[in-house]
Amino acid sequence: MLSAATHAREAAQSASIAKFEFFTPEQAAEIDAISSRIIPATDTPGAHEAGVVFFIDRALVTFAKDDQKLYADGLHELQVRVHEMFPAANKFSAATLEQQDQILESLDPQSPSGGRRPFRQSAGAQSFFETIRVHTISGFLIDPDANKRGNRDGAGWKAIGRENEHMFMPPFGYYDKDYPGWQPNPPAADKPKT
Amino acid sequence: MTLDQPKYKTTDEIDFVVIGSGAAGGIVAKELSENGFRVVVLEQGPYLTEKDFIHDEIEVLNRDFLTNHPDLQPNTFRKTPDEKAKPQRAIAYGRLVGGTSTHFTANFWRFHEIDFKERSKVGPIPGAALADWPISYADLEPYYTKVEWEIGVSGQAGASPFDPPRSKPYPMPPLPVKSGGVIFERAARKLGWNPFPAPMAILSQPRPGRSACINCGFCLAFACEVGAKSSSLATAIRMAERTGRCEIRPNSYVHRIELDANGRASGAVYFDAQRNVQRQKAKAVVVCANGAETPRLLLLSANKQFPDGLANSSGKVGKHLMFNSGALSVGVFEHPLNDYKGFAVSRILHDFYELDPDKVGFHGGGGLDARFDQTPISFALGGLPPGSPRWGKGFKDLLSHNFTRTVEILCHGTSLPVENNSFSLDPDLKDAWGLPALRMTYKDHPDDVKLSNWLNVRAAELLQAAGAQKQWSFPAGEQEFSVHLLGTCRMGNDPKTSVINSDHQTHDVKNLFLCDGSSLVTSGRGQPTMTIEALAFRAADRITALAKRGDLST
Repeated sequence: MLSAATHAREAAQSASIAKFEFFTPEQAAEIDAISSRIIPATDTPGAHEAGVVFFIDRALVTFAKDDQKLYADGLHELQVRVHEMFPAANKFSAATLEQQDQILESLDPQSPSGGRRPFRQSAGAQSFFETIRVHTISGFLIDPDANKRGNRDGAGWKAIGRENEHMFMPPFGYYDKDYPGWQPNPPAADKPKT
Repeated sequence: MTLDQPKYKTTDEIDFVVIGSGAAGGIVAKELSENGFRVVVLEQGPYLTEKDFIHDEIEVLNRDFLTNHPDLQPNTFRKTPDEKAKPQRAIAYGRLVGGTSTHFTANFWRFHEIDFKERSKVGPIPGAALADWPISYADLEPYYTKVEWEIGVSGQAGASPFDPPRSKPYPMPPLPVKSGGVIFERAARKLGWNPFPAPMAILSQPRPGRSACINCGFCLAFACEVGAKSSSLATAIRMAERTGRCEIRPNSYVHRIELDANGRASGAVYFDAQRNVQRQKAKAVVVCANGAETPRLLLLSANKQFPDGLANSSGKVGKHLMFNSGALSVGVFEHPLNDYKGFAVSRILHDFYELDPDKVGFHGGGGLDARFDQTPISFALGGLPPGSPRWGKGFKDLLSHNFTRTVEILCHGTSLPVENNSFSLDPDLKDAWGLPALRMTYKDHPDDVKLSNWLNVRAAELLQAAGAQKQWSFPAGEQEFSVHLLGTCRMGNDPKTSVINSDHQTHDVKNLFLCDGSSLVTSGRGQPTMTIEALAFRAADRITALAKRGDLST
């Protein structure tokens, strides 16, 4: 796809121009590769296209400062894991996509999903993988107008079907578009219970 | 924008100091200042305005931009009084001018007649301290109407066959229906129930200085950037400022109410923004600090005359804490609902408001609403069905499919008042100012849990009738966290079993008044703010009458 290729080239260019505030370029390449397996590009943009690595980089010198050591240790652990599992690859970002997924599966504590509000977590309370998973999702879906360098061009919202607007008019969706207006129940069904 | 305000000196004996600027405090300040009194509102949080209200989920949901911060004001939690409480976040409330009303869902149900006299109707319930209110629905009705008209509530009068009598229709029509609301309405009708447009404290039509709702989709937990949500900030606080007699003093953390030699409240002691101690003198004090901080302030204000806490001769300050019970079912539908657009709730039903204990086997009742109150990150982290992939292509595909197709059915119900459920001062933990932290003790009455699960079965039936392609329910367990903080300085005629009388005057100190969630005697069916605001309008009337009669001076 031409547009994806253009996008990737622009992203690569902006990545080479943009300054990182926490990561070295080598670390940034590893983080970019990890986040791109957490939310891969499909027929819609993924974490790379949304610039998630820049979000995480900014996070680690601002609101997620307390996670700096977790990332430093985590990247080291990742390196060890790459050497153990795929010695030929040398680094995570040089492994094949299948190998990358296997490495991440080995790091994923597999905490159960489906809790309703697992968002509030204190720094350091989670594993490296869980932290970067939450940071990747956050950087993919944060309001693009927030001063956080995430969700570039609203790419993440586009992927999940959220229009990049902050004002909407009804009808909103499929089921309300032909709604005739509210009417009371027919009288037969209208007997209050006690 | 903050309007020109008087700047009172702390040594000026103003008429009233109001502690807290939320749902109750804003209205009390407005009414008292409009009635000619000089008022200072002490608010612990900052004075933010519409331009500050961002859609940044990290700051708002994760970093307590608008709410009490657990690092500054930690609390402890335990289930029963024989346990040692552990640090664990148990409450969230708005910590800014406007309080929790700046970021609530804005479901504005009136209480029904039964909520005020349930004890008489159902008799004693083992394990609960259920009591009647000293006032009735009829006493409060004019004030519910005031809330709807002065603060701004959209809705449709007469739409629910279960609604209590009302003296006026709503001042504006309901908000537009959402796709989730249409699904809810059709399915509920199939089941013979009576769905109706949700009454919401969000404008469906503009008012001077305030926009109608623009359906931005960052509503629950976020503050409104166009003033459409009828918070105290967007309404009562501005009206109070316009009188020229009310000063809103933010960043003022009250930690003590002092008494003079005659046993009258002489003012409030607080930390200012620089943590210097200040004393605001006043002829009378109204505490509207919420159901957690109001009892805490009384306990912090213990003195020789009241060793167990100010105005606590009954020993009931902090007791009878109620949350409202709740449960959740979720459905995913074939076509996009796009319920991420707009406010949270457009349709509700009250068919189960008053259940027959002989039939269901427990006491209580409640309502259901159709909502989507999640924003993109919170949905991605917690909105997919249990057992879903958590990363990779499978996760992304499911997230992309479900985000626009999900609706939640939230069940809201009664909490029974249990004396042991309470706020008290933690004996060990301190907040960032060195004050004893809040300790919550809470264990749901067994009937509350039974009710939640019963309502959740109705929610699941509704989703099935609606033709959900996938649905799941979270079983309700005992709650350990709440934003509804009710009943902790309850109203009553008997000074031995209640803290305030029906004028919101403490039984013990004649010029000390309490008005907020702590005043409630019963929990209602899940949406307390409307009643808190009606009480605030009524309390201000009562306090004004007492002050004009000279009853507040010695």
